[in-house]
Amino acid sequence: MVRPLISTPGATTIMIDILQHALIAGLILATLCGPLGALVTWQRMAYYGDTLAHSSLLGLALGLAWQIRLEVAVLLACVTIAVLLFALQRWRNTSLDSLLGILSHSSLALGLVCLSFLDGPAFDLNSFLFGDLLAVMRDDLYLLAGIAVVVLSLLFAFWTPLVAITTNADIAAVEGRPVDALKLLLMLLIAATVAVAMKVVGVLLITAMLIIPASAAGRLARSPEQCALLAIVGGCLAVALGLLSAWHFDSPGGPSVVLGAAVIFLLAQLASQFRRT
Amino acid sequence: MSDSSALLSLHDVSLVHGQQTLLDRVNLSLSARQIMTIIGPNGAGKSTLLHIALGLQKPSSGTVSRQPKLRVGYMPQKLRINPLMPVTVSRFLRMSSQRRMSIKHALARVGISHLADRPLQGLSGGETQRALLARALLCKPQLLALDEPAQGVDITGQTELYELISALRDELGCAVLMVSHDLHWVMAQTDTVICLNQHVCCHGHPSAVSNDPAYLELFGRRHAEALALYQHDHDHRHNMHGEAVDLDTGCHHHHD
Repeated sequence: MVRPLISTPGATTIMIDILQHALIAGLILATLCGPLGALVTWQRMAYYGDTLAHSSLLGLALGLAWQIRLEVAVLLACVTIAVLLFALQRWRNTSLDSLLGILSHSSLALGLVCLSFLDGPAFDLNSFLFGDLLAVMRDDLYLLAGIAVVVLSLLFAFWTPLVAITTNADIAAVEGRPVDALKLLLMLLIAATVAVAMKVVGVLLITAMLIIPASAAGRLARSPEQCALLAIVGGCLAVALGLLSAWHFDSPGGPSVVLGAAVIFLLAQLASQFRRT
Repeated sequence: MSDSSALLSLHDVSLVHGQQTLLDRVNLSLSARQIMTIIGPNGAGKSTLLHIALGLQKPSSGTVSRQPKLRVGYMPQKLRINPLMPVTVSRFLRMSSQRRMSIKHALARVGISHLADRPLQGLSGGETQRALLARALLCKPQLLALDEPAQGVDITGQTELYELISALRDELGCAVLMVSHDLHWVMAQTDTVICLNQHVCCHGHPSAVSNDPAYLELFGRRHAEALALYQHDHDHRHNMHGEAVDLDTGCHHHHD
């Protein structure tokens, strides 16, 4: 039973609504981040996720300036950056590591500077940096669910080739897999997920939701598929833990969810040690 | 080199990276069932040449032509898999997009049926190479492309691996293009040696190459004499292997 803040029947239903929306949004995100995060972890693309997440602030600034729907602006910005990074990688034909490091933080800085010029009346930077899980509305849920359905169906359809290029891209290419197209697909899927995750855990913690549940699952799973499913379960548990803490201790939602994921990672670590001995 | 019967041919292939010329006008042509080995010092561009031949990398200039729908089994130099990725040997094989042979059969053929359910990262060097070879076999290749297949394998394992590759070649009737340092293999099994140091220094049958001045200059006299020795004294090679195998019989059983 949830504890109402104000003890009138009307307020209780509102609080339950808020919690419900937050929970659904969190679960959608966890479901997306499970399989996608597994691929990101295996390919060591964490920095790439950071870059996309940070540049989503730029999208936010654009959205505010042009007064279009913020999620749409962020989605467009992330997709554009993903395509640019892909083109850059193909052109230079080298690893993007150091370049990503530079891009990631300069885009964060640029986004912050742009936003400071736009600082409107009803604008709370914190809610974008750390997420505002308890402010998720019904409308947001529809958008979240829509993006989730598209991303998950693509992941499902292309799972085997994506796993194949993750394991060894050269062998996959010689076997005739369209490696470049698959890499672009993966980057776009991450971009879409970042746009979704922004509302839930915020710009600074998005990569955590990709990396932590998948890493926890990697210690226990015996196959890539098992790892993806376990990462979903772990992510959902993290969302539940985080919301519980947000509710009971009034801790900030996004960071609480990420902390929940960290706790689950530690438990998985212990479990795998235990299993080995 | 417009040899239309060739499985694979490279014409004046060069690769330039900034100021550096990595490959300089390389020509080669590989026909069906031919075994070609690329040798050369470190940094000579051997792996790069293999990558270009397979279409994994684009040359700066020159043309690469492969027979249409050529089935290639590729064994890379190293399999770098994130330790957090849980993949068993059989799952790794199931990733293949062109399967013309059962996974069971491929594993049995390279002698690692017992490892099917083991995690890929837990395998020894030799076992990993065999798993890679099994994956390459799945498409029943017309061309086996092998990049230092015996890397990270102990001496006994190396001999066995090369013997396995020879046997597989005879069975499949495929061509082999490989980068190798193993002189036994080069002398005993190769039809053509390409001696590479950015450009093709010399090429031809191993016996011819081992007397070529360009080869002597590249590898130095001692190395060249070693090659000549193996060429002239085959019994000696077998004796030496016999001794080496005896030393290692303790860890020999699991390869059978």
